[in-house]
Amino acid sequence: MVFEYAPAPESTKVVNLKTNYELFIDGKFVKSKNGSTYKTINPATEEVLAEIIEASSEDIDYAVNSARKAFKSWSKLSGAERGKYIYRIARLIQERSRELAVLESMNNGKPIRESRDIDIPLVAAHFFHYAGWADKLDYAGLGKNPQPLGVAGQIIPWNFPLLMLAWKIAPALAAGNTVVLKPAETTPLTALLFAEICQQAELPDGVVNIVTGAGETGRFLVEHPEIDKVAFTGSTEVGRLIAQAVAGTDKKVTLELGGKAANIVFDDAAMDQAVEGVINGIFFNQGHVCCAGSRLLLQESISDEFLNLLYERMKTLRMGDPLDKNTDIGAINSAAQLAKIHALTQAGKSEGAEMWSAPCEIPNKGFWFAPTVFTNVSLSHRIAREEIFGPVLSVLTFRTPDEAIEKANNTPFGLSAGIWTEKGSRILEVAHRLRAGVIWANTFNKFDPTSPFGGYKESGYGREGGRQGLEAYLKAGK
Amino acid sequence: MLKDDPLVLPSFLRDTTNSDSALKKFLNGLSGVDKVGVEERVAKLGTRSIKTTAKAEGIDLAIRMIDLTTLEGMDTKGKVKSLCAKARRPDPLDSTVPSVAAVCVYSDLVAVAKENLQGTNINVAAVATGFPAGRVSLAAKLQDTADAVSQGADEIDMVIDRGAFHEGRFLDIYDQIQSVKRACQAAHLKVILETGELKTYDNVKKASWIAMLAGADFIKTSTGKVQPAATLPVTLVMLQAIRDFEIATHRRIGVKPAGGIKTTKDAMKYLVLIKETLGENWMNPNMFRFGASSLLNDLLMQRRKMKNGAYSGPDYVTVD
Amino acid sequence: MSNIDVKRTAKLFIGGAFPRSESGRTYEIFDNNQNFLANVALASRKDARDAVVAARSAFTKWSEATAYNRAQVLYRVSELMQGRREQFVEELNLCSKSNKHAENEVDEAINLMVWFAGWADKIAMVTGSSNPVAGPFFDFSIPEPTGVVAAIAPDKSPLLGLVETIASIVVGGNAVIVIASETQPLPAISLAEVLATSDVPGGVVNILTGSYKEIAPWLASHQDVNAIDLSGVESKAIALELEKEAAINLKRVLRPNTKMDGLTRIKTFLETKTVWHPRGF
Repeated sequence: MVFEYAPAPESTKVVNLKTNYELFIDGKFVKSKNGSTYKTINPATEEVLAEIIEASSEDIDYAVNSARKAFKSWSKLSGAERGKYIYRIARLIQERSRELAVLESMNNGKPIRESRDIDIPLVAAHFFHYAGWADKLDYAGLGKNPQPLGVAGQIIPWNFPLLMLAWKIAPALAAGNTVVLKPAETTPLTALLFAEICQQAELPDGVVNIVTGAGETGRFLVEHPEIDKVAFTGSTEVGRLIAQAVAGTDKKVTLELGGKAANIVFDDAAMDQAVEGVINGIFFNQGHVCCAGSRLLLQESISDEFLNLLYERMKTLRMGDPLDKNTDIGAINSAAQLAKIHALTQAGKSEGAEMWSAPCEIPNKGFWFAPTVFTNVSLSHRIAREEIFGPVLSVLTFRTPDEAIEKANNTPFGLSAGIWTEKGSRILEVAHRLRAGVIWANTFNKFDPTSPFGGYKESGYGREGGRQGLEAYLKAGK
Repeated sequence: MLKDDPLVLPSFLRDTTNSDSALKKFLNGLSGVDKVGVEERVAKLGTRSIKTTAKAEGIDLAIRMIDLTTLEGMDTKGKVKSLCAKARRPDPLDSTVPSVAAVCVYSDLVAVAKENLQGTNINVAAVATGFPAGRVSLAAKLQDTADAVSQGADEIDMVIDRGAFHEGRFLDIYDQIQSVKRACQAAHLKVILETGELKTYDNVKKASWIAMLAGADFIKTSTGKVQPAATLPVTLVMLQAIRDFEIATHRRIGVKPAGGIKTTKDAMKYLVLIKETLGENWMNPNMFRFGASSLLNDLLMQRRKMKNGAYSGPDYVTVD
Repeated sequence: MSNIDVKRTAKLFIGGAFPRSESGRTYEIFDNNQNFLANVALASRKDARDAVVAARSAFTKWSEATAYNRAQVLYRVSELMQGRREQFVEELNLCSKSNKHAENEVDEAINLMVWFAGWADKIAMVTGSSNPVAGPFFDFSIPEPTGVVAAIAPDKSPLLGLVETIASIVVGGNAVIVIASETQPLPAISLAEVLATSDVPGGVVNILTGSYKEIAPWLASHQDVNAIDLSGVESKAIALELEKEAAINLKRVLRPNTKMDGLTRIKTFLETKTVWHPRGF
């Protein structure tokens, strides 16, 4: 091979891993009252990174009570003062961005290029944006003097560990709430590093509490009677359980759940950018993205041409060491997720779809899945309906705009969608008729703290980001 | 055989050059280029980290791809002579440094360059056709080209008529390029699009197609006299047009970004762009050139750094 | 000569038509003094199912109507309500309320319809946004209707509560299936007649009479219903059950006794759609 890239690994020296981590409650790292522990690993190597506590209901009780206690003073603090704490956090994240990016890639498996260039900068931006809201709540859309909800119980997924933390904590704090946040079972480390950042920012004790654990810990949190708000990002399946669990209570809920987004490419699309958008739509973060463009809807007249370009482009994707700066596709986050991807792709094959995978070398250790495309897919196939949450694209074709819209909307989900065409009026009409919360036209997988994000239908309810995201943590004043 | 005669196109493409309206229709039918998307792609590729062995290989490859250029009104025989010496042996202290691909001069200095490059594989490229503005008659352009060729130029770098482009006279541009191509005889033709004056990526794509249809061996970004000169996104658009042209005709067109490429880091980014867009078939001086002058010294300094472990300085490379 | 009144058959309002319950069932309602008033259609789960189908098929066109058009259509409803003012007052009078109280409720209901009608073309201005993202993109967020909404109207103010429920839901472009006050359905039946003669397209508003305890669970669990308004549910146990059922397809749920202003009520049944597009030549 000519000009073969030499390994360019990012150094892990910047990260100071402890052998075991405690819970962060009331401003301090504390031992669990009676919880067990588990090991968190690097999914690219299967090497153990640290021992983590699986918080018990007593631990959750302690954390929620600390948050409740802190709420009294935090909510009374002037918005301007609260804002200054949040600004501090934003700055500390920028200062420690390298460390956070490396740790994120180690624990999650995502390429350092993404954690460094996308995740962590967006985390800082999110805190920065909401810091400025703290003293402007009168303009949040709920009239004068809106009030915080109280204690927010927040549960986040493993695909964007620190970014999802930011989406949850930043608006909650700005609005005057205090939080108990549970990071995902497999990716607790950056949240625990964030706890240190809260200490460095001298955030008052109990305003942010980080409790680690798995589903059971999350359930304790959701069901805790002293929680006023539940914010969850994760699967639709768990979202449903949460919606049931909070039924009959006064708890407010926002849910960011699954998706099966259509990425619609019309015959007049800017072809190379559309190919790139489809790549970015489904292979960004190994496809571990709720809004991933997992269904490619191709206008039939260009499908061969487009797919050829797509395959050629996919051959250049570089899968491997997440810490290598030239890696495009990192590791699948866990053995369980890998098994799920295998199960669904197997279903795709047995249902008669044609599978093609990019020729990537699979490392010996760790969890990997090469970027994959299914053609000959029909809407009734499982791979066209269920969220795979991996680097797997299902290709469908359409003949007319109406048919494209009909197929795009033919799903219980409604999180996002993509439109590729150079015709302005078509973009606006298709965007208008798609039943999805985020429409990317001639781009895909873009995120910004000022831009509301969230789904229709079974993709959940409530919005995160922007003014709308702030409203989710406020109620009207008396 | 199609491949052997660059002026013969497959029939479905030949029809597109039958009339002004057919060509316009064809060009307007090309898929558009989204500015944000293409720049985003380039930015992402720009984060490729080229280290150690890849960098060493890339530096030598880049040196071999250089069209070492002097295009000044005050160029003299002496200047061209010393440039040729540098082209042959870029680093006097290190004989392992390869020669560059070509020396690029104004047409009146072709003979000087030719003489000073005797016995080497280094080509002489001449800018012709009323370079850099190209605002002379077709007859003058052809004469300019013929002069350069008769003096022994191996390669001709012509500029397209940007005025005609903005007037929508695409077939005129096509005809001119074909005429110049004929005047080139055996010399290779590089067609300069002067992308800085075409302004949009859509236009760059159209101009690339006109040049390729008309028989260009290479398409080249810029004269170096207009800002912006070569940029990565413009080059990417041209590479993708070249790829599309290959799919349609099975013919491979070379590419030459020129102007403003000054550092090793820049050069590596172009190599990354080539590698990940067109692939290995273009990773050689027959298919890819850098139009540059100061780039060579930076490559030499970086090369020394890699070899010796210490940073070199401008005093240790020759100014020619 | 005495003239014998022609009595009205109290039927359901589904898809712009007035069917009897497919079950053939009715229930009797009485006035304050326990005098028989009417046999009212007792809607069944199949009526609820039909209403969902009607609402879904009406939804697309209604949501695509211009906001100005929706405003005019709803304003027209208030005009027609005004024309039937005496009828509404009389119907409210039959049950518990004093004449003054009844008049007030009708006037308020008409005024509320006017108020909500006026919101149609202002919601997007007030709740939408242009988002200044950090990049070369134009990015905006607009409110859009959630889809098909099921609602249990409050029992206590059979006209005012019903109008608030219906107007706040449909003004944003949703279609609604509303279960009217069980004990005092007459104003709802009259409102259905108003709607039928108004410009509201058939199926945008569907009114069921009967027992919400019986029908609401079918609506709460119906997968083609996108949101449920539990405002009229007084039993905590039933509200809990309905909310749990609603989780089946992640319906948006408006819980009983939620204090909110009218705009917040409208927003409860709206989604936010965010659209991104790059900027560049």
